[in-house]
Parts: sequence; C-alpha cells; structure tokens
Amino acid sequence: MLGSIIASGLAMGAVYALIGITYNTMFATSRVMSFTAGQLGMLGGVLGSLFMLKVGLPPWLAFIATLLGCAVVGLVTELVAVRPVLKSLDQHLYVLSTLALALMIQQVTAIEWGTEPQPFPRLFNVGSGLMDEKFWLPVVACALVVLGLEYLYRRTLVGMAFLAVAEDNFAARALGLPERRLRVWSYVLAAAIGGIAGFASGQLMLAFFANGTLLNFYGFVPVALGGLGNNRGALIGGLALGLFQQAANFTVGGVFSSIAVFVLFIVVLLAVPQGLFGSATARRV
Amino acid sequence: MSVDSELQTRRPIAMTGAGGAAGAGGAGASGGQATHSGHHRNEDWRKVWPFLAIFALAALLPLAGNNYWTVIATRAAIYWILVSGLNLVVGYAGQLAIGYVALLTLGAYITSVLAAGNVLPPMPPFLALICAGIGGGVFGLVVGLPALRLRTFYFAMATLGFATIVTQIALAWQDVTGGGIGLSGPAMPAPFDSEMGLFYLCLGLAVLCTLLTANIARSRYGRGLIAIRDAEVAAEASGISKVRLLSLIFIFAGVLAAVAGGLFASLQTYITPDAFTFELSVLFFIAILIGGRGSILGPLLGTIILTVLPELAAPLAAWSNFLYALMLLVIVLAAPGGIAALLDFRSRRPLPANRRIIPDAAPLDRLLSRNGKEHGRGGVGDDASNDARNHTNGSARNNVSNSAAGISLHDVVLGFGGVRAIDGLTLAITPGQVHGLIGPNGSGKTTTLNVISGYYRPQEGTLRLDGAPLPAGQPLLRAAHGIARTYQTPRIIGEASVLDNVMIGGTLHGQASFVETLLRLPRHKRDDTSLRQAAYDALQAVGLAALADARADRLQHSELRFLEIARALVLRPAFLLLDEPAAGLAAEEIRQLGELIRHISRHGTGVLLVEHHADLIFDICDHVTVLNLGRVLADGTPAQVREHKEVVSAYLGG
Repeated sequence: MLGSIIASGLAMGAVYALIGITYNTMFATSRVMSFTAGQLGMLGGVLGSLFMLKVGLPPWLAFIATLLGCAVVGLVTELVAVRPVLKSLDQHLYVLSTLALALMIQQVTAIEWGTEPQPFPRLFNVGSGLMDEKFWLPVVACALVVLGLEYLYRRTLVGMAFLAVAEDNFAARALGLPERRLRVWSYVLAAAIGGIAGFASGQLMLAFFANGTLLNFYGFVPVALGGLGNNRGALIGGLALGLFQQAANFTVGGVFSSIAVFVLFIVVLLAVPQGLFGSATARRV
Repeated sequence: MSVDSELQTRRPIAMTGAGGAAGAGGAGASGGQATHSGHHRNEDWRKVWPFLAIFALAALLPLAGNNYWTVIATRAAIYWILVSGLNLVVGYAGQLAIGYVALLTLGAYITSVLAAGNVLPPMPPFLALICAGIGGGVFGLVVGLPALRLRTFYFAMATLGFATIVTQIALAWQDVTGGGIGLSGPAMPAPFDSEMGLFYLCLGLAVLCTLLTANIARSRYGRGLIAIRDAEVAAEASGISKVRLLSLIFIFAGVLAAVAGGLFASLQTYITPDAFTFELSVLFFIAILIGGRGSILGPLLGTIILTVLPELAAPLAAWSNFLYALMLLVIVLAAPGGIAALLDFRSRRPLPANRRIIPDAAPLDRLLSRNGKEHGRGGVGDDASNDARNHTNGSARNNVSNSAAGISLHDVVLGFGGVRAIDGLTLAITPGQVHGLIGPNGSGKTTTLNVISGYYRPQEGTLRLDGAPLPAGQPLLRAAHGIARTYQTPRIIGEASVLDNVMIGGTLHGQASFVETLLRLPRHKRDDTSLRQAAYDALQAVGLAALADARADRLQHSELRFLEIARALVLRPAFLLLDEPAAGLAAEEIRQLGELIRHISRHGTGVLLVEHHADLIFDICDHVTVLNLGRVLADGTPAQVREHKEVVSAYLGG
C-alpha cells in the first residue's frame, strides 16, 4: 500500500504543483489569479486525446498541437479576461472575468467533447504496476518544467525581464521593458505549462471535462499554502498535497481524503494567511 | 469659555450668520425635516411597486392553467429564496461566493434524509426543513471563515472546494444519501402537496425572504456590508466589525440556502447528486451580478430571467450555461452596474451646476450638544469606554485645562525598516481645542494620525486617552472611544447615496440587534429614525444637505472632503482627526472649512488638524506643533510658532 500511496501521491502531487506553477506564472506579471489555470490542465488531456485518438496524430505531433491549442487559450485569457480589468485590480473584477472564461471553456468542452471521461492513449508503453508511465510521466514533466523555468529565469534575458516585471511592474516599465508584451508571453508560457500538466497526466486523470474545476481547486491549494507567486512553495506544497491526499485516500477512503484536504486548506490559511513560504504585506491606509 | 468669546470677537459675521440661522432655524429646520421624511415616503413607494407587481403577477400565474409554467415559477421562487440571502454576501458585502450550490445540496439532503427517516425516526417535513436551516447556518459560517481573514480569491476558492466535496460526500455516503441512486425528496403535507400548493408555499417564502433581506439591506447592517465592500478602512474606523457582520450574514445566507434546498428536493420529488451541478451555483452567482451589486430588485429580475431563459427555446437550454458565463463576462467588461444601474434613471439626471458648500453651524448644537447624548451611545456595549467618554465630556465642559483630559502621545517612536517616521514624538490633543500639525512632506504627520487611529503600532512610547492607556493597534475600537477621522484620499462608498455614506459614521449608535432589524421591530425603527436625523443634521452642518440623495461618486472632490467630515460628525466624536481636509479646496471653501472646524471644537470636540495650508492652521488653531523628520521642531500657540526661527526658515519661508 505504501508503494501505491507514494506512486500515485507523487504523480497527483506533480500535477497539482504544475497547475500551481501555472497560476503563479500568470500571477507574476499581472497580479491576477486566473480560474483558467485548471481548465488548461483539463484541455491538455482532452486535446491530447482528441489529436491522438480522433485525429490520429503521432504522440509528439499531438503534444505540440496540444501546447499550441493551450497557448491560444492563454493568449485569449490575457486579451479578453485580464487586460480589460487590470485597471480595476482592487475590485477583484478579474475573479469574475477569468471565472466566466473558464466556465465558457468548460461548457464548450462538455458540449463538443462530451461529459463522459474518455481514454488517453499510452505514450511510451514503458513500465507497469507502480512504475507505470502514468505514474512517472507527471513527475518527470514536473521536474523538466521546474528546471526549464529555473534556466529561463536565471540564464536568459527574457526570463530576467519576467522577474523584473514580477518584482516591480512600474519600475520595470520605467526601465523601458515591454511590460505588456511580457505579460502576454507569460500567459502563453503559463498555458503551455498547464497543457503539459494535462498531457502528462492524461492516462491518470483521463480526458474529462470536469477535471478543470477539480484542478482549479487542488492546483490552488499548493499556491495558497506556499504563498502567492512562490514556485518553490507550489512545488513542495503540490507534492505534499498529493501524498497527503493519496495517503488519506488509501487509508480512510476517497470521501474523507477530500474532506481532509479541504479542512487542511482552511486551517492552514486561517493560521498562516500569507502562506507557509510567503511574506506578510503591509496594509495601505 | 475663553474659546467662545475669542470666537465671537474674531468672527462677528460668522456668529450672526449662524445665530440667525439658528433663530429661524427652529422652524426652518423642522420644516426641512418634514419635507425630507415626506420625500422619504415617496421614495419608499417608488421602490416598492416593482416588487408588488412581480409578486402579484407570479401569484396570478397558476390561473393560466399551465402546470409546466407553475413548476418553472416554483423553481424561480426557490432559487430566489437562496439568491436573496446570497445577495447580501455577494452584492452587498462583495464576497465572491461562487459555490453556494453546496448549501443548496446540503439543505436538500438534510431535509430528505430526515423526512425519510434514514438516520433518525422520520420527521414531519417542516421540522426537517427547520433542521436543514440550522445545518445551513452552521456550514454557511464554516465556509465563510476564510473570507474573514483572506483575500477575495481565497474565499471564492474555498466555496468552490466546498461545492466539490459536498457532492462527493453525497455520492459516497450511500447508507444515508442513497449514493448515486439518490433518495426521494420530502413530500409536503396538505395543502402544499399539489403543484399549486407548493408554488404558493415557495412564493410566500420568497416574499418573506425579500422583506427580511430588504430590512437588513436598508439598515445599519446593510450599510456596514457595503462599507466593508467599498471602503474597508473607513468601515473599520467607524467601528464596523467585519468579522462579526460577515459572520451574521454568512449564517443568515446559509439558512436561506439550505431552506431553499429542502424546497428544491420537494419540488424535484427525487434527488441525486447529479441534480446539484456546479452550473446551478453559477446561475445563482451570475443572477446577482447581472442584477447589480447593492440592489435587491436587480438580482430578483436576474434570477427570473436566468430561470426562464432556457425554457424559451431548446438550443438555449443546451447552451444555457455557456450563455450565463458569456453574460457574466459581458457584464463585467461592459456594464459592471448590472440591471440595477440601467434602471437607476435618477442618477443620470444632472446635479445642479455651480452648487456651493454652505456650512451651517446651527445643527451642530443638536448633533454635538452633550446633553442630547443619551439617545446615542450604547450599541458599543462597552461600559468602560462609555465611562471614559463621559469623563471626557465632563472635563471638556468644566475644565479645559485639566492635563489628563484628551489624547496624549508620549515619546512615540515608529520606524519602517531603517526610516524613523516618528522619532520621539510627544503631543496632546485637548478637548475643545484645535491642534494643528504641520511639517514638510514625510515629516510624519499622517503617520502620527495613523498611530492615534490604531493602524500603526508604535515601537516605543505610550498612547493615552484621558489618562488611561489607549491600546495601540486595534483601529476597530477607536470609534467606540469617540475618535473619528477623515482621510487624505476620501474613503467614500461611491455607489451609495451621500446620506447613506454619512450614516455609516453613526453605525455604533444603533442598538437594535440583527434579529430585531431582520424583523423590523420598534427598536430598529427608532435607531433608523434617529440615525437618519443625525446624518441629515451633519450634512446640513457641513453644507451638503441639498445633495443628500445623490450618489456619492457624482460629487466633486471638495464636496467629498466635507462629506467625510459629516460622516465623522455623526459619531458625535470627542476627538476628530482631520488629514489634510483643505487639500484641493478653493480659497472660499477653505474659509468655510476653517469656520466649521472652529464651531466643531467649540462644542467640546478636540480636533487634530494635519494641513499644508499654513494660513488655515495659524488662523484657527489654538495650538500648533511643527514636525520635521519625525521630531518636534516647534510647539506652541500660533503666535509663538510663527516667530520660531527654524520654522520660518525651514517651512514658512521668508
């Protein structure tokens, strides 16, 4: 049982962490928490299944097509749901606009794709049992994304520009950084990360329209626990959440694992509102 | 006394002006009130008739003889029972509760399980419904807890998470809920067992919920909710406790949602977890936003439209959820005010141009006279603070020079990082006097104000009120101590009327409990009348009475400054802290402001005036402190400070 807990816990944890990083990547340049993060994960699975099983593309081509599809959704998110409401960030209009867009994505998927979970093909046909690819694929994907982001942020000029905008929007703009274009690209990048999460976890979670809402919540928990915008927090929080959830799942049953996650979420947030790895912000009077 | 005589000798014109107004004032003012309350009654009627029309039409609907539409109307009534409570959470308090279907599910299952007798012996349906209401109240509060401490998005997520797990529990707890197979809803006893009977039951409850929520919305509780939404800092300074108020609303909304759930189960006759999709939550939420925030009629129309829309055509039904989401996006991007704003014709009528602010000191006698104080204080429920205040007022009247009376700061130090914003400041605000605080930008003036009003906690030094320690931090308790303030950037609720904005300041004077307000009992009516009167007096005192009914966001900047003073005055403050009240005012307005401040202090209120206009400071202050880099540069009467060499060279110039 311990093996099952660790295998599925790490796999689900990696997916949650990736969705958390999707939230963070969008948040960094815009201060917006977007409800589309979970839907991107869902789309990764649905589009992957669509391109491979319905269209018949080889996996690598389907992967690229899926990422392109998600990137378009990221672009649309920025243009339609984020840019128009950025001026009134204080009123939290972005919560409503991104929620509306997320619901539209989910509804179109439900109507065009169907409301039943559909299979996702095996990609490499490697491993079986606890070492099945459906367990290690998300973990590998997560590791690659984290390493890729580290490289981007630390070694490339574009990545450093991202960090500058995330640190201080106004100062970055004053330095002449193309803040708006960087924001668009960060949404595209985030969408790709969400797509990778969905594609890598396709065999585990299936191509199912309702995964979006689920991932929205479980992907947000590590972000909230780790502190907004903190990728390291999201990674640790995501893996811990996955292990915790699967441990509860195997020992006390699925229902109580959901309750346990929910209670943990509320209790930690009430105790440490800024997250375990976040820093308190001063109030403005 | 010396203050008075000085005022009379210095401002003969102002005094005759005020005296004349007061002389004619008895008749004039009461005449004004009469028209105001008459106007108020007209207003009431204008607001009530759309509701009467909607509910009357609904009551006639079964006569059409089409059972299908009766069922649709029943569903709309049930949705409205939930939405009316949720409206206080979303529309008034601005909390984004997107998962309220969870409470509907909870109520439906509690009612059905108890009525079917799966756990306990079978209960009569109405008793089961009441139990569901209690359960809904408890869980409404639990789900609301994150909203009390966290940012909006977290609360949205918490309600979303709750919605997800409630459905999962309903699926998995098969012994009780029947799992995916479901169980029968409660059958209501006669005469509510027919479709028509159930419809009239639901319609009756819908009308009742409309009344209850309207009572809350139009009371100090409703105004407090809007204040929390749009001007949280000002709400806190007025003594509105976000935690307490939101908790009450979450419980209330939870009760209504769960009762709606019980009725929903009865209407469905059989429930499974599939019946409670997340889309239903979206419908509730979007009905409110389409309707418009801070309105009851709007969300009612929104609920009806969203319930009926999918029934009009088959394609609409399939794509209804997509349409709801699209509507939400369009509303957010194009018409954030919703239906309510479209129907608000009055706010589009232009306000009179060239209007002038003409403060009138006469109502101040009524508002600030310390004898008329009995009908006011009490809602605080804090005897210690009452004692402290009485002490203040006594000393204000009898012995102004008593050194213990008033607010005193002693050697206060507050640093932000390496910068010492206040560095050993000692300052005293005396009842009945105007204390000016001037200094260059960054010298610590506003920081001082924020320390007194409890936003900042000084690292060293003491803070005292009438000799007793004034706890640092805790801005919420300042109003109870009789300390009111204004802000450098006015903190106003743009969507509320000027009068409502002012009434926010007097929230603490209300005595009626939440339940009394809910049921519109006499004490609530007394509260409302006296608060409205006080707010009207305050508006007259600052010269904005003509604009009482206008939306606050239509006012000019200078008018907002006076509006903030009116809001502070309604508290009948012992101390008034003004943060650059003259910034952005014309010369004539500054003169009016000076006179107003003088008059306020003459009634025993201690005023701390932070200003850049040196003329105003030297004109009206009894005492002036000059700050530089967080330290006192000079301190004394205006005449002394004006002579001070360093002040002249550093600040006044010449």
